[in-house]
Amino acid sequence: MTLGRGQPSEGGLPAPAPEPVDAADRTRVGVDEWVAEAEQRRAAQTGLSGMVVRVWERIPAPGRLAILIGPFAIFPFITSQGNLYRYGLITIIYALLALGLNIVVGFAGLLDLGYVAFFGVGAYLYGIMASGHSGHHLQAEIAIPIVVVSTGLLGLLLGLTSWRLLGDYLAIVTLFFLQAFVIFVNNANGGLNDFSYPFVGKVDLTGGANGLDQIDPFNLFGYHITTTKGYYFFTLISLILLMTMLYFVNGSRTGRAWRALREDPLAAEVMSVPVNRLKLLAFMFGAATAGFSGTIYGAVQSGAFPGDYDVGLLITIYAIVILGGLGSIGGVVIGALVVNGAPELLRSSANARFLFYGVLVLALLVAMKPWYKPVIVLLGTIAFGFAVHGIASVVWSRGTAGHIEGGGQFGRGLEHWVLLPRHTQSIAGWAYFALIVAALVLTMLHGWQRLLALIPTLYLASFVWENKLVEQVSGATRLILLGALLVVIMNVRPSGIFGTARVEIV
Amino acid sequence: MNWSLFFGELVSGLTLGSIYALIALGYTMVYGILKLLNFAHGDVYMVGAFIGFFILQWLGGPLTPSVTPWLAVAIMFAVAMLGCGALGVGIERFAYRPLRDAPRIAPLISALGVSIFLQNSALLLWGPQFRDYDTFDLVGVKSYHIGQNFFISNIQILTISVSVGLTIVLALLVSRTRTGKAMRATSFDRDAAEMMGISIDRVISFTFFLGSALAAAGGIMFGLVFGQIFSLMGFTAGLKGFTAAVVGGIGSIPGAVLGGFLIGLTEAFATGYLPGGSVYANLYVFALLIVMFLIRPTGLLGSPVIQKV
Repeated sequence: MTLGRGQPSEGGLPAPAPEPVDAADRTRVGVDEWVAEAEQRRAAQTGLSGMVVRVWERIPAPGRLAILIGPFAIFPFITSQGNLYRYGLITIIYALLALGLNIVVGFAGLLDLGYVAFFGVGAYLYGIMASGHSGHHLQAEIAIPIVVVSTGLLGLLLGLTSWRLLGDYLAIVTLFFLQAFVIFVNNANGGLNDFSYPFVGKVDLTGGANGLDQIDPFNLFGYHITTTKGYYFFTLISLILLMTMLYFVNGSRTGRAWRALREDPLAAEVMSVPVNRLKLLAFMFGAATAGFSGTIYGAVQSGAFPGDYDVGLLITIYAIVILGGLGSIGGVVIGALVVNGAPELLRSSANARFLFYGVLVLALLVAMKPWYKPVIVLLGTIAFGFAVHGIASVVWSRGTAGHIEGGGQFGRGLEHWVLLPRHTQSIAGWAYFALIVAALVLTMLHGWQRLLALIPTLYLASFVWENKLVEQVSGATRLILLGALLVVIMNVRPSGIFGTARVEIV
Repeated sequence: MNWSLFFGELVSGLTLGSIYALIALGYTMVYGILKLLNFAHGDVYMVGAFIGFFILQWLGGPLTPSVTPWLAVAIMFAVAMLGCGALGVGIERFAYRPLRDAPRIAPLISALGVSIFLQNSALLLWGPQFRDYDTFDLVGVKSYHIGQNFFISNIQILTISVSVGLTIVLALLVSRTRTGKAMRATSFDRDAAEMMGISIDRVISFTFFLGSALAAAGGIMFGLVFGQIFSLMGFTAGLKGFTAAVVGGIGSIPGAVLGGFLIGLTEAFATGYLPGGSVYANLYVFALLIVMFLIRPTGLLGSPVIQKV
């Protein structure tokens, strides 16, 4: 494997953290899991992060759960209704969804790209059984089990089609399934072009592009959940139960078998682990979890809308699982906090600005090792910006004519630093293009060259941010950043930030 | 039987199919060599269509082109194919190459990231609105008819013949040239090929260049045939391109073309004949994929060992 070919980490972004296991070891066949874990522990026990990990691992499991969930339990009592919904409830629903995906991708190592379709199926199915739109009003304690079982069965059916080819083919079948689901719910409104079903004729199942509205709130044994707080605790308790269950499943016979087949399916099969059955089981588990989360989401939104269950959500959930670490149960909660919290903060452009510059500075400080290097880069960038701005205000006065809306003190300061042309449309487009090229070139440079190149690149990044990205913070920009994040994490640390799993799909 | 409907769907199916075939070729070549499902391929196709659009604008727009219309079309093809070829090489270099020895799920997720990145960058820079190619004004669409029911337009003829032509060129390239031989060797056994002195990196880059250039050609054809392009067109098209590659047998070049035409025809005939077809055509394509998996998992012409490029 080393015939003059570049090392696997070549071209990665700024100095990757020391990897717990040597990259070449990760694919070595037959590495005993215990040995691998011991090696990992030894490798991880350096520096501050190693200490945190050691302390964390010494806490017993219930304590860890309490530390992770504790803040969530307090949160409703110290915040407003709107914040509780946006930061709290949605984060927990995402965490729940990500846990389900973690079973499929993290435990069993199957790439399921239709995952959010099951989430949608859950919401729609619940909506069909209990909403003013369909006219039925089933109680939640009956509807939820039906949804869970039927999404599980649907998952089984979908997995079965690629029985012999789980792996890449599963990815494409499931992705197509998601697409098919979106097309179906967008059109199954009993309209002119819809199917005419046998026996019943045309039926308005999903409300088409307008969505299925008036979904009932949960009616559990006569108790109606009507407030955000109610849903919050209902979801939180579900999350705790699922996490506990997964913790035990992970250590059980099935869990160990999943890990075995994730690490090496061939070896697992030779050891008479029923590989296909276990894969389908994981797939089914995941689908059922997604269906369950879907019912909650449908009831919370009191409606199901086709746009909610598309590739955007898929990427979000994948980012959560990967950030949290494939196969890590607790990491998912942290991932959900980061991935849901950050865009919510990004929603107002003033917050977004702080977050953007804050993360840039932090990333520099963390990624560059001797402390003086990031300081040099930062000071250099600031000086560079004032120099460019100074020259531009003389030579090209239109280039500094723009204003930052609602930026406060910080924004007014920035107006003297970053170029803000009055008509940004085409120049910002080219700058965006240049930024991508610059960032890619940066990965190929080393040492002082990289340091020097970093200064104009950072300035370019803030130019593009102020003139282009900030416009669509909650839409395209968010997904651009998530997409870039996935690529960067995969290049720097394929097992995710908090993950220890070595995942291989076959 | 309504022959005019039948022939109409046949021709539009062949036209669609030739676009899908071009996309499928890129998938099948990359898969053959790297065993990687390149999710970003559909978005490269979208970028190709947009490059073509901007070249057309640069040449004076469809109403007042500064060169003869057919020359404008040729320039669009050339620039978009080169540009997307470079894009493909760049994607491989920065998103896939560092992961070549990583677990297999890593490059897949990386590819997903690239796809979403490209798609949303297009959304950010070019907006969600439709852009007009205005083929009617540009080249003057003419319709020829043979007999009473068979109609075909000059754009459709162009699309089908360019697609078939590019495929033949590609097939010759792979089967007759030194580079093609290196590609086949790499796809057969990468390590062994490397030991024989083949520069793997160069072969893989070249494969990405070819595949992405073909996708760009497909994107421009889409623009010419349908008159409009938009920044989210890559996702569905990529999905169908991959389906075509799988149905034809992934790794096989003739298979990809066959699969492409099959998918195109399925979509067209489903639109015309099956219940709910006008909105659910994609569902029928999905059904075809599932049926294919059930009866012949290796695809029509695929046999995993013999022919892989």
